[in-house]
Amino acid sequence: MNFYQQISANRRNSFLLALVIVALLCALGFSIGFAISGAPEGGIAATSIALVIGILMALGSYFAGDRLVLGVSGAREVSQAEAPQLYNVVRELTIAANIPMPRVYVINDTAPNAFATGRDPGHASIAITTGLLQKLSREELQGVIAHELSHVRNYDIRFTLIVGVMVGSIALLADFFLRFTFWGGAGRRSRDRDSGSGGLQLIFFVVAIVLAILAPIAASLVQLAVSRQREFLADASSVELTRNPVGLQGALAKIATDPEVLEVANRATQHLYFANPIKKFEQRSSGLFATHPPILERINRLRDLSGERPLSPQEARLLSGL
Amino acid sequence: MDPVLIIVIVAIVAILVIGILIYNGLVQKRLRIDEAFAQIDVQLKRRHDLIPNLVAAVRDYMGFEQEVLTRVTEARAAAVAAGASGPVAQAQAENMLTGALRSLFAVVENYPELKANQNVLSLQEQLTTTENQISFSRQHYNAVVLDYNQTIATFPSLLLAGPLGFTRREFFAAEPEATEVPVVSLR
Repeated sequence: MNFYQQISANRRNSFLLALVIVALLCALGFSIGFAISGAPEGGIAATSIALVIGILMALGSYFAGDRLVLGVSGAREVSQAEAPQLYNVVRELTIAANIPMPRVYVINDTAPNAFATGRDPGHASIAITTGLLQKLSREELQGVIAHELSHVRNYDIRFTLIVGVMVGSIALLADFFLRFTFWGGAGRRSRDRDSGSGGLQLIFFVVAIVLAILAPIAASLVQLAVSRQREFLADASSVELTRNPVGLQGALAKIATDPEVLEVANRATQHLYFANPIKKFEQRSSGLFATHPPILERINRLRDLSGERPLSPQEARLLSGL
Repeated sequence: MDPVLIIVIVAIVAILVIGILIYNGLVQKRLRIDEAFAQIDVQLKRRHDLIPNLVAAVRDYMGFEQEVLTRVTEARAAAVAAGASGPVAQAQAENMLTGALRSLFAVVENYPELKANQNVLSLQEQLTTTENQISFSRQHYNAVVLDYNQTIATFPSLLLAGPLGFTRREFFAAEPEATEVPVVSLR
């Protein structure tokens, strides 16, 4: 697959995944509506409300999500005069990736990390911590920036913004329903009705509870699985752009061994970053709920690309004890 | 109307539409190549403009190694002149210049006062980034040439590419880095 095919495959997958999440949202909305009102009309009404809220939130994140994320992370836009080398590295790689120059931001934090956000390559921003600028060599910085620009070029940034919000609205809806049920709202109303649609209503009530518990988990599991896959893809694309697997490996090793935790990151923004900003090295392990693949596995996949022997666990311990 | 006639007309229209789509795709890919080529030229020119500044900045410090500077200046002049004499000659001259610059940077490493000079550092960073931009532009150029060459060599574009004059384009040869060993004097 060349660049262009990879991008279109990625966009197609994003679209399919968004459809799955919209379907989940609809199913949840319908069963909640039916369970509360006891009639299909109620189900349709609740589905419409859920969809409208979902679409509004998605639109909001499409147009303003990047500013929100940058604002929450305390990122400050820098000019070429303030950070000439960073600007140069970004410009070089936009040529390799054939995308327009993104806006460049700096986060004042000593933990080395970076992220990219925006809705498409024409409206993209890339943020780097001051710690990353100080601790990495030019070659390693190039690897990290190429990784982030791959997220921009592959439209991962749009996917992250929109799907993050959709998953959030499923969780919101489920939460709302579970609280509602907990306070007994649905129980009182169903007792007022005649028993004609009561059986069906009861079934939907059970379905709604099951969906309300499972849908948010399922949606975030899918989102996280795709997120981890895209980290690998961005690592591979980074090497494809720089033609230099050593720089990115060095950057990963340095970030893995850095003891500092990024203070401005939180659970809502952790999946955006170059490496998970919250966890320490030992905890950056594999798992269904991880936002990123483990760093050792990322390094070993890169070594595999250049035909090098993978690092053993002993060498990895050495790496983490540096 | 005769159903056979309808089928024939529909088939002709379909073939025409597909033909137009293929032709437009080929034209677009060829334009991408020209655009990528123009990009390289811009950066080569930028490098030519930066070199005199660098030479001026380091000249006073490097009393004993004038020949390295002379080589850079000569290689630059040759590269500027080669710009008019075709892509192959130009690529050769530019590769010479790249080699000359590498040996200059290697020599700069031996002068602590040069390594601490902000002006020299800034010029060195500018030349490094221009250098990288040149090689990334060539990489991008090769990627679009590969895409175009693959398209014109495969079915169905193959049928149209030949008669309409879409010919194969050449790749940029890689820089002969391995053969060009920088001359470093260890004093």
